[in-house]
Amino acid sequence: MEETKLSMYQLYKEMLNDYLQHKSEHVLYSAQQLSKEMLEKDMSPEEMVSLHISVFKEMVEDLPEEVVDSFELLLEVMIGYGLAHREFMSLRDRQRQLDSELNVAAQMQESLLPHEEINLKTLDFGVISVPSGKMSGDYYHYIQDENGNMGVAVADVIGKGVPAAMCMSMIKYAMDSLPEQRLQPAALLESLNRVVERNIADDMFITMVYGSYDPKKHNFYYASAGHEPGFFYNADTDTFEELETKGLVLGITPKVHYEEFSLSLEPGDFVVLLSDGVTEGRTEGEFIERDDITKLIRKYKHLPAQDIVNQVFRELEKMQDFHLRDDFTLLILRRNV
Amino acid sequence: MQVQTHVDIHSEWGIVAARQAGRKLAREIGFGSVDQARITTAISELARNIYLYANKGQIYIEEVVNSGKRGIKIVAKDQGPGIKDIRKVMEDGYTTSGGLGAGLPGVKRLMDEFTIDSELNNGTTITSVKWLR
Ligand SMILES: Nc1ncnc2c1ncn2[C@@H]1O[C@H](COP(=O)(O)OP(=O)(O)OP(=O)(O)O)[C@@H](O)[C@H]1O
Ligand SMILES: [Mg+2]
Repeated sequence: MEETKLSMYQLYKEMLNDYLQHKSEHVLYSAQQLSKEMLEKDMSPEEMVSLHISVFKEMVEDLPEEVVDSFELLLEVMIGYGLAHREFMSLRDRQRQLDSELNVAAQMQESLLPHEEINLKTLDFGVISVPSGKMSGDYYHYIQDENGNMGVAVADVIGKGVPAAMCMSMIKYAMDSLPEQRLQPAALLESLNRVVERNIADDMFITMVYGSYDPKKHNFYYASAGHEPGFFYNADTDTFEELETKGLVLGITPKVHYEEFSLSLEPGDFVVLLSDGVTEGRTEGEFIERDDITKLIRKYKHLPAQDIVNQVFRELEKMQDFHLRDDFTLLILRRNV
Repeated sequence: MQVQTHVDIHSEWGIVAARQAGRKLAREIGFGSVDQARITTAISELARNIYLYANKGQIYIEEVVNSGKRGIKIVAKDQGPGIKDIRKVMEDGYTTSGGLGAGLPGVKRLMDEFTIDSELNNGTTITSVKWLR
């Protein structure tokens, strides 16, 4: 430390000497580079001022007393700047630590999502979920049983960040504990609603859409708890219809009855479930309309479901300059044969 | 011989007097001008807290020696309301001045040793030492 101070002293002295003689931009440039090095070595502003005056005193004989005194005043003022600087450094360290903790939490959250491959001849399935920050307030779920039935869900916690993410884990475990209702969307939402109502703060709400697919009848059953309405794509007419979505948000009152709807899927028909992060994106102040979403989906509908959702996300992300305002989840379930 | 001074704090004059006494002793002990300014700033912050939150109290300043090392010890003592949540006030960014480095965390940074004893309704004693390198 003392050694580096000594070499700093020498370096600074030469620099100052040089500058006083030539007043060149070149020396100023070196000074700018030096300041970076000094910051790296934790040289505080007050030490810098002190270095300056001691070098100056040595270089210029009979420096007027006023000049020396004035630097004393400057030094005193610089103490505050030095403290602010050190506080900044410690806050930055803390921020880094928080960041890495958040990364671990985000990984844990990611591990709550299903990862199994869906291999069904009858169905083509794709889902993408991207948090706007590190943690997501969106959740999706899918499950298939030995008979080829499939359950899918998209949920959205009103709220963001860590609290929303913690809520998500509750939803996941609650759903895992209701295996017998996997294929009964309305009943499942009713059970979930009771769990959520008992367990989360009054100012937190969760919207959710749950659907199940019966591969023998080719029916899709679904129910919604105040969730962003999805779409049904009719391949025959090449049109999108909105899914019906009555139903109260989860967690408001303990006893809620959810209505169950059903759709009959022909080959090529598909169902789109999404979170409001998909539709509430904005480009240059303008909302992305639901129409824009269906246009995008149509543009890629010749691709496998997973590629459709990936492509739609890519385009929407670009339209928003790669800045997501809200967590984004998009899920497609298509009947193949 | 070790010197001890104490200054009563009950006005801003007291704060200035404490600074003055601290700077003088720091210089005598052999601290350089940067450390002198740091020590004085620490005294200032402690004295100002006494003045603002406890109305009155004392600042004790003395030279300390430990295994050949010399240092300066500052004790700020008052019988004021005490500090409720010490952990909180030691957090960066907590001070009423809104996290510009000053306040008690600043004092801790400026000095080498720092301890707070505070009892609610019974006063606060803050002890802080800086060693000569
Ligand atoms: N001697 C004291 N007696 C009682 N409370 C105190 C004392 N010293 C500090 N405190 C309490 O601790 C808080 C933090 O003090 P600190 O000096 O860190 O910051 P501040 O005085 O609020 O703002 P700043 O010093 O940055 O202007 C004060 O707001 C005050 O409530
Ligand atoms: Mg203060």
